[in-house]
Amino acid sequence: MADNKVELVCIACPVGCLMEVEQNGDEFIVTGNACKRGPEYAKAELTHPTRTLCTTVAIKNGFLNRVPVFTEDEIPKGLIFEAMDEINKIVVEAPVKVRQIVIENLLGTGINVVTTRSMSKKNS
Amino acid sequence: MYDVVIIGAGVAGTSIARELSRYKLKIAVIDKENDVANETTMANSAIIHAGYDAEPYKNKGKFNAKGNAMYTQLTEELDIPFKRVGSLVLAFSEADLATIELLYERGIENGVPDQKLLTKEEVLEMEPNVNDTIFGALYAPTAGIISSWEVAIACMENAMDNGAELFLNTTVEDIKKDGDVFTVKTDQQDFQTKYVVNAAGVFSDKINNMIAAPTFEIQARKGQYFIMDKDIGTLVNTVLFQCPSDVGKGILVAPTVHGNLLIGPDSVFVDDREDVSTTAPELAMIREAAALTTSKIDNRKVIRSFSGLRATSTTHDFVLGETPDVQGFFNVGGFESPGLSAAPAVAVYVADQIKERNGGFEPNPTFNPVRRPFIRFDELDTEEKAALVKENPLYGRVICRCETVTEGEIMDAIHRNVGATTVKSVKKRTRAGMGRCQGGFCEPRVIEILSRELGKSMNQVSYDSPKAYILTGRTKNVEE
Amino acid sequence: MQNYDLIVVGGGPAGLAAAIEAKKNDVDSILIIERDREVGGILQQCIHNGFGLHIFKEQLTGPEYAERFIEEAKSMNIDYVVDTMVLDVTPEKVVHVINPKTGYQTFQAKAVIMAMGCRERTRGAINIPGYRPSGVYSAGTAQRYTNMEGFMPGKKVFILGSGDIGLIMARRMVLEGAEVLGVAELMPFSGGLKRNIVQCLDDYNIPLLLSHTIIKIEGKDRLEKVIVAQVDENFRPIPGTEKEYEVDTLLLSVGLIPENELSKKAGIKLNPVTSGPFVNESMETSVEGIFACGNVVHVHDLVDFVTQESRRAGLNAAKYIKNEKATEGKIVEANTGFGITYVVPSKILVDNVEDELVMFMRVNNVYSNMRLEVKSGDTVIKSIKRRHLAPGEMEQVKLKPSDLAKAEGELVFSIVGEDA
Repeated sequence: MADNKVELVCIACPVGCLMEVEQNGDEFIVTGNACKRGPEYAKAELTHPTRTLCTTVAIKNGFLNRVPVFTEDEIPKGLIFEAMDEINKIVVEAPVKVRQIVIENLLGTGINVVTTRSMSKKNS
Repeated sequence: MYDVVIIGAGVAGTSIARELSRYKLKIAVIDKENDVANETTMANSAIIHAGYDAEPYKNKGKFNAKGNAMYTQLTEELDIPFKRVGSLVLAFSEADLATIELLYERGIENGVPDQKLLTKEEVLEMEPNVNDTIFGALYAPTAGIISSWEVAIACMENAMDNGAELFLNTTVEDIKKDGDVFTVKTDQQDFQTKYVVNAAGVFSDKINNMIAAPTFEIQARKGQYFIMDKDIGTLVNTVLFQCPSDVGKGILVAPTVHGNLLIGPDSVFVDDREDVSTTAPELAMIREAAALTTSKIDNRKVIRSFSGLRATSTTHDFVLGETPDVQGFFNVGGFESPGLSAAPAVAVYVADQIKERNGGFEPNPTFNPVRRPFIRFDELDTEEKAALVKENPLYGRVICRCETVTEGEIMDAIHRNVGATTVKSVKKRTRAGMGRCQGGFCEPRVIEILSRELGKSMNQVSYDSPKAYILTGRTKNVEE
Repeated sequence: MQNYDLIVVGGGPAGLAAAIEAKKNDVDSILIIERDREVGGILQQCIHNGFGLHIFKEQLTGPEYAERFIEEAKSMNIDYVVDTMVLDVTPEKVVHVINPKTGYQTFQAKAVIMAMGCRERTRGAINIPGYRPSGVYSAGTAQRYTNMEGFMPGKKVFILGSGDIGLIMARRMVLEGAEVLGVAELMPFSGGLKRNIVQCLDDYNIPLLLSHTIIKIEGKDRLEKVIVAQVDENFRPIPGTEKEYEVDTLLLSVGLIPENELSKKAGIKLNPVTSGPFVNESMETSVEGIFACGNVVHVHDLVDFVTQESRRAGLNAAKYIKNEKATEGKIVEANTGFGITYVVPSKILVDNVEDELVMFMRVNNVYSNMRLEVKSGDTVIKSIKRRHLAPGEMEQVKLKPSDLAKAEGELVFSIVGEDA
């Protein structure tokens, strides 16, 4: 394989296409992808990799002790641990609704952290 | 000042405690473990042997059949799961036939009732899954299967109901005698007592040597087992022993009183008296050896393998009774198989010796031999279930789905005498977590109930000893 | 005894989707019975995203995926009870349940859908020798502690098995501050999705040791150490390859088993390969009027496929209740050929297939550039090119009534070389 060719597993969806990506200056030639998200992912992964961060935040008086959250869009991969530090400080109060904003504009990324389920109060 | 301090809360110590609680005595049972029945009593074949194995002159021979007979009343009074399913010693050769005839004769001498030598056809009729290479068998209908740890739990609970005290997480460090008074020094407190009973299992020689002449030595003998899914629990109906021979005692295949299938044990001396690890070659050997009894065991049905240690004495027998050199110090050492079977008879024997030494004991006027029954939801019929849930709704919440154990049972196990405080102790008393998912689903719920009932945080609930902690702390760094 | 047209055992994604579909097909009297404290099933602890790409065309987390179905069921006024255990289902479709509030109840149903899901294989099932300390968890149990209860199961972690839950938990533990030393996989390939290897292991530099297993567990109280060794082609540990990992936690992600204790009580015939019921084109089991769907039938890797299969069960249960199902006609058996471990369904009553029938199957090894072939006798009914096939990734083949018309007696699903 030439130096400017890499193999990448597309993680845009669970299918996980094995792609071959050839970089030609600013241009990326992608093969092996099953859909149009493949080339988008490949380009992003090779220039500025991003990930959706899924975790939980503490919730007071909730049906459970934690409520799941995620970043509404992908954030730079390098920011993941910093983002966890921010998210870990948060305590929300039950009840919460799904997609309720928990952190606005996480670390200046312009991306919000939102709940991914609704949760009622304990014993209600 | 105690009348009797019993060291060791296995089946020996607890049945002696229960026997002594018939009298007006101040009794302490001490154990280094976090629960009663936590070592040898927890991990053995859980069989009440008929009593034909040991020579009649040995304590093992004297007490086995006697103890066996006492289990009918004991299990009724204390509500302990027990089934007299009978046992077969299988002969697969002419030499084996000679051996079982010998065992038959010995059984008669030892007072084993109703034994019978069976022909090949009779064996196969009784046990159709036994390999048809069988020659014959020795049938002993009095042999039974039991929940061995529940014997000790029930004995201790009943002893406590009748006034005995239990000190767990207490390790004996030394024993001194000054005049007629013993001081049992532990890592927690000192106990002053008139009499000491040493029922310390694999450590019974060490305890003996703290005060008496070293007349015996314990060698820990490890045995490994498989517990199989209830799916194949009815593969055999009786306890199937292979014939003892020069090569070894053979591997048993038996139903358990809870409906699983038990396969094992091997026999290996180990130096470390806490080595209860399982090992691949031995487990493989057990699997192969069990196939000599029946080739129909589906080895994919294993739900757990475990190992236990037997306290084998260099004297090849139980070491029973008062030591010749220290008056008031009583041993129950080398209590390996058939210790469990002999325990009720040995308890009476030891209690009588102490009583005699004391010149008699006053009876305990409030002694009640009956333990409050432990309700096992799954064993009830539909009407009983419905009535129970109406009376106590917690019996309507199934926590362990594999064994159908309800929150009501777990609450009962926690709040009785010798109450459960750990995940393992709940498991021993209720079977929650003993099923095919091995606690995968119910462990979080059991921890939650223990945490609620004992007023602890969930991460303070341990599996067994506090060193066997489960959860390491909260996620997130927020105040909660 | 109370009567229902349809009782659904299990309120996870399979049960919810099946009930909703039945309701859409005019079954009014439906009861979903859930043993946990809320419906949604195992999805409630699967807080990672990637769910729903086929059905919703977006990447939802597990709880959000579940919530969409829960809300739909609620809006359709489908009855459900939680904290309720089904103790027994009889072949006559009498369902025995118990619950702290309403006590012991029995219900008579016209049709039952089994949707109990699956459980994790345990240490005992894979016979790892050594001590039995605390700190050994199935990955799903650890996931529940971490994501729902908010407690850490440990600090230094090793993972056995590269199933998806194990991979997902590797990342999860790292994000919550634990150290994950490695993942060992017995097979020479991972049973998990490739995207999970990339974003759960590679992203965090967690090594994946293929053809490795744990040969010993040490620690008398809490786990102290695992000994890992490489295995040969017969999965036997190779002496001299042992490596020690000092960890306080071992997560097991060594497979899932459909949970069919109730099915056995109902007299349903189980397939020893999947451990799930044999089902026909309608997801009906060997007991008439008892249907099954989701992980109780066979373990799926994508919940969207569970939903798809469960809708089929719901639709057909509705037809059964309304007496709209064909009960006689041409039957085709679905059998496995080279390279295929199992096929679901195993029996097709052709007249019940309206537009298309999705056949789910798994392959027994990793294959590249092969074809999935469906044959009946000498007739090739379908032959589909596949660049990559792996046991961890469920395959599907869609059969049209016109395909089935060509079939006689049986259909054999197999893998053939590309040029064959």
